[in-house]
Amino acid sequence: MASSEDEGGNGGPSEAGEEKETVKKRRRGFLATAWLTFYNIAMTAGWLVLAVAMVRFYMEKGTHKGIYKSIQKTLKFFQTFALLEIFHCIIGIVPTSVIVTGVQVSSRIFMVWLITHSIKPIQNEDSVVLFLVAWTVTEITRYSFYTFNLLNHLPYFIKWARYNFFIILYPVGVVGELLTIYAALPYVKKTGMFSLRLPNKYNVSFDYYYFLLITMASYIPLFPQLYFHMLRQRRKVLHGEVIVEKDD
Amino acid sequence: MSSRVTFFEVEILDYKTKKQLCFLDKVEPHASINDIRLMFHKFYPQWYPARQSMRLDPKGKALRNEEILQRLPVGTTATLYFKDLGPQIGWTMVFLIEYAGSLFIYLLFYLRMPFVYGLEKKLMSRRLPVVNLACICHSSHYIKRLIETIFVHRFSHGTMPLKSIFKNCFFYWGFAAWLAYYINHPLYTPPSYGQKQINFSLITFLLCEAGNFSIHVELNNLRGNGPKTRRIPYPTKNPFTWLFFFVSCPNYTYEVGAWISFTIMTQCVPVGLFTLVGFIQMTIWARDKHCTYVREFKDYPSLRMPIIPFLL
Repeated sequence: MASSEDEGGNGGPSEAGEEKETVKKRRRGFLATAWLTFYNIAMTAGWLVLAVAMVRFYMEKGTHKGIYKSIQKTLKFFQTFALLEIFHCIIGIVPTSVIVTGVQVSSRIFMVWLITHSIKPIQNEDSVVLFLVAWTVTEITRYSFYTFNLLNHLPYFIKWARYNFFIILYPVGVVGELLTIYAALPYVKKTGMFSLRLPNKYNVSFDYYYFLLITMASYIPLFPQLYFHMLRQRRKVLHGEVIVEKDD
Repeated sequence: MSSRVTFFEVEILDYKTKKQLCFLDKVEPHASINDIRLMFHKFYPQWYPARQSMRLDPKGKALRNEEILQRLPVGTTATLYFKDLGPQIGWTMVFLIEYAGSLFIYLLFYLRMPFVYGLEKKLMSRRLPVVNLACICHSSHYIKRLIETIFVHRFSHGTMPLKSIFKNCFFYWGFAAWLAYYINHPLYTPPSYGQKQINFSLITFLLCEAGNFSIHVELNNLRGNGPKTRRIPYPTKNPFTWLFFFVSCPNYTYEVGAWISFTIMTQCVPVGLFTLVGFIQMTIWARDKHCTYVREFKDYPSLRMPIIPFLL
């Protein structure tokens, strides 16, 4: 799923009134701030490299077939590196919840390693380009937002982008991901990959095909929740609206 | 009636809209919140006392039943804020439903109901002895829990929100179905170390069940003086209670032990996962209980850990 954390994640104190900020605000050590700044700059750069590589590929080849193969190493590197963000939450240098970050990063890792990396026949699907583009634009915006925040110098455009691009990018990314998983289903069923059948001494079985079906179904409750959460954050941050949260 | 008694007036407002819902005059100063709840219930029969949350502050904590009106920080006209907690269900009923469901679902799989494994599979193989043993252990565990719920436990909070029961049942029944499916499957594989593994785990299972029961009885005896008094539990002559030297919540320790035993006995990953999830949940509960004890009693034994001796 496209990444859409609380604005406080991976960033310094932002101008927005974040829910967790006032409660969990600690004086972040100099080392932590320096590390986070480096991390966010590095990630911004990484996703920029990815974006440039994709644009260049398309300009040279005129098609998007084979684009995944050409950028896969960079994609895997930077997306996997994002696992660190969970660690940042655990040690508390970032005020976002561990579970929220965990779910988001895990879904990305799942798409990259368990779908596109493992199921080679679907790498040239159009839907792959769809979510790659969505992810790239989202991540560049997000990481540069955090970087500028940490440097206490946030241009309004970046804030605007962060809280408006997702309106289109998030659904686009979700559609790309779902279509890709759907395209992978026949191959998974045919090869029986990642599956464990009975009998075995652990007395458990696992069917990757059904697992994928359940994963796809889980987008239905999860996507609207995250989307509307981002919409609420947007109203709060950009329009200073005071949102009265529903009780319990 | 003594003329020196000052009666209180109580106005009850909706916590959100601040609209006055009810005005009680001539309330006895020593009336409890419970009495006020009953009076409120007369005006609004659909809001029975268990679903009324009364607070002094719209966003504050709910007042307890035993609190006395004149001891609250209010003038002779008290303002209470009411929040509807939604339909409630009693704890006893919750546990009965959860445990009976788990018991029943496991048996559906044990008896290899045709709709579960498919008709032909039912005829494929006979049950191994360990599968019969597992059924006896699992069923006894839940029957014991049902008996304890009816005869032994006394609950401090009377009710929980009705919606929680769906979440709880989904977890209990879902896991029961999942693990029962594999244990009773025609292609079930018995433990790798054979009878030794089964016998060893059966013994530890029985010991843990006995331990868990002993602790429940002991905790129940402590409560004897009334549901609200809290006392430090101590080891007694019963050796199973000696775990109190080392942990605050040995009932949870024994419970985890019983499930670990069952996992070893069946050598089944879903059972192991259920045990793990249960362990995490019980550790959270044990920690809370432990912290409450430590806060409330200055002389609380310092050797005790929440759930695992010396470790956790």
